[in-house]
Amino acid sequence: MGMFKGTRLAAIAAVVAGLFGGAVTAQAADPLKVGFVYVGPVGDLGWSYQHDVGRKALEAHFGDKIKTAYVEDVAEGADAERVIAQFGQQGYDLVFTTSFGFMNPTLKVAKKFPKTKFEHATGYKTAENMGIYDARFHEGRAVIGTIAGHMTKTNVIGYIGSFPIPEVVRGINAVTLAARKVNPNVQVKVIWVNSWYDPGKEREAAETLIAQGADIITQHTDSPAAVQVAEEKGVWAFGQASDMAKFGPKRLLTSIIDDWSGYYIDRVQAVMDGKWKADTTWGGFKAGMVKLGPLNPAIPADVQKAAMDVKAGIEAGTLNPFAGPIKDQDGKERVKAGEALTDKDLLSMDWYVEGVQGKLPK
Amino acid sequence: MAHKPSFMPRLEPRGHASPAMVYVTPLLALAVTLLAGGLLFQVLGFNAPEALYTFFVSPLTTAYGLGELVVKATPLALCAIGLALGFRGNVWNIGAEGQLTFGAIFGGGVALACYDMEGWWILPLMVVAGMVGGMLWGAIPALLKTRFHASEILVSLMLTYVATLILSLLVHGPWRDPEGFNFPESRMFSDSALLPVLLAETRLHFGALFALAAVVGGWFIIARTFVGFQIKVMGLTPAAGGYAGFSQRKVVWLSFLVSGALAGLAGVSEVAGPIGQLQPTVSPGYGFTAIIVAFLGRLHPVGILLASLLMALSYLGGEAVQIGMGLPLAVTGVFQGMLLFFLLASDVLIRYRVRFGRPQQEAKA
Repeated sequence: MGMFKGTRLAAIAAVVAGLFGGAVTAQAADPLKVGFVYVGPVGDLGWSYQHDVGRKALEAHFGDKIKTAYVEDVAEGADAERVIAQFGQQGYDLVFTTSFGFMNPTLKVAKKFPKTKFEHATGYKTAENMGIYDARFHEGRAVIGTIAGHMTKTNVIGYIGSFPIPEVVRGINAVTLAARKVNPNVQVKVIWVNSWYDPGKEREAAETLIAQGADIITQHTDSPAAVQVAEEKGVWAFGQASDMAKFGPKRLLTSIIDDWSGYYIDRVQAVMDGKWKADTTWGGFKAGMVKLGPLNPAIPADVQKAAMDVKAGIEAGTLNPFAGPIKDQDGKERVKAGEALTDKDLLSMDWYVEGVQGKLPK
Repeated sequence: MAHKPSFMPRLEPRGHASPAMVYVTPLLALAVTLLAGGLLFQVLGFNAPEALYTFFVSPLTTAYGLGELVVKATPLALCAIGLALGFRGNVWNIGAEGQLTFGAIFGGGVALACYDMEGWWILPLMVVAGMVGGMLWGAIPALLKTRFHASEILVSLMLTYVATLILSLLVHGPWRDPEGFNFPESRMFSDSALLPVLLAETRLHFGALFALAAVVGGWFIIARTFVGFQIKVMGLTPAAGGYAGFSQRKVVWLSFLVSGALAGLAGVSEVAGPIGQLQPTVSPGYGFTAIIVAFLGRLHPVGILLASLLMALSYLGGEAVQIGMGLPLAVTGVFQGMLLFFLLASDVLIRYRVRFGRPQQEAKA
């Protein structure tokens, strides 16, 4: 008791002494300052986590030539602009804002801080000092769709959606097209949770989809909750954004992994070399921005081969996941045989392909 | 009569709470929070003085930072002042978040309807529409309470989720920006539909003046009007209020309409201020945080003003230590939690004293 009290007093004394005697230390060198704004907690083990992996790769690559900082769990709204502006105000050289809802705030801040360079993920507005970048996740989804089409017994794939925006709709369509190419009986059921990160809702959605007959779950939300449910209930699952194998050691088929490291290193290097300009980047397998996790050994060899063929075809440019003929939900032909959807079509996609159940919220 | 000594602590009412302490304890709680927070930083291996400076002072060292503080505090103060009025009268509106959202829908709806027009009248119309929207959403729990005795706590809380879904429906559908690649956001509001900025180079907007007006208005209602007196009496002793002929229904209606209108005003001020458009979510939970702010401010408008600034600072400080020192976001939550914990603890100690041992019958001198 006495000792405890002693140490506590000592600690308080140390704090008080520090309060009066401490001084704020200054930086010696002049490193390039790179800021990150995340929509979720870095511990989401999905989207924001992978961006933070990219930030750490920057630190490992450039060492003390750069200084990085991040703010996590930033709400898409009035708060975002304040956080982004704080980076501008503190003289950051390059700021990555990593959620669609940060687009307009980033644009506003970019105008106020012309010396800072901004990069916004998944949006469409640019400025002199604001570029945009995104990954072709749908390429990964074409691969997992192929696996899903082969592996399903019930012919029902469950899909947990965040928000019905083009990026997410594109993913649903990519999975559906690829799965039906190998198994025309596949139907895809979608549940929207209206959040990027809500493990509770993601879990409920996964349970509902399984109750409705889905024996494969895939998701466009950021937590591993759906994978955990699949492991418990004995259905198949895919990891999203990061390798989620440890959440479903038996039931995880593979993961689509976002790898921002190379891109971030390139962009920081460009700033250092004075060669940075506001660009639009949309890279997939070939650029190394989208990767595939290890395949579960439970996947039969021929299915593994089919999946890797799709991946190789996309990388080589011989396979387009959105090549025609494509019919929409009402059976109307949207893309003729021999044609394919353009990037512009993909960026504003607001219709379901044949095989997706339910109506797209509009 | 002989009793065994017991060392179980128990709380004994003081009978009379020191009026001075009611105002001193929030400051005391803040001081203890600073000390405990410094200790926490030290234990986590950070330089405590630097961390405390970064958290509590650095956000306030620039005009921009001060502006941001007020921007963040504005919706909190607006919601909390309305809520405090009801809380004093034992009317528990937990749904300010929903009323705020409805204010944003109504006000934003006017802005979108007038997006290709110009005129001084657009903004006042939006503000009135926002307040009406909040009032309407607040009127539902009031009606169900007075008509069917439904719990206003549950009804107002659940209507929050309904309001958020209605907003989501609108921005995903009819109000979606036609040039926005189908993303669920409305158009950006035109300049005529944006609240003027009060200080160049900051985001400090006209909504701050609404909050100040609400402080004065709230104080006036509580301290100087008969209605305010009725609310207080009904809150303290409903039976006495009943004998005096005061109407419980009136208090319920008034509380919900006023707090709904103020929350709606907060909502329209957010979308016409810092956001500038409608999005699927327009508030990071201001309506709920306002409940804490109301109690932190002792349900008094001036106290609420200070409490909302303090709460706003805790968010800004949390971001500052994340950027400046790489501390995790959880620090913000820990500071808010400690502040509330110490305040509630000192509240208990104002009203009760801690006694060890059994109560003594003869101590009734």
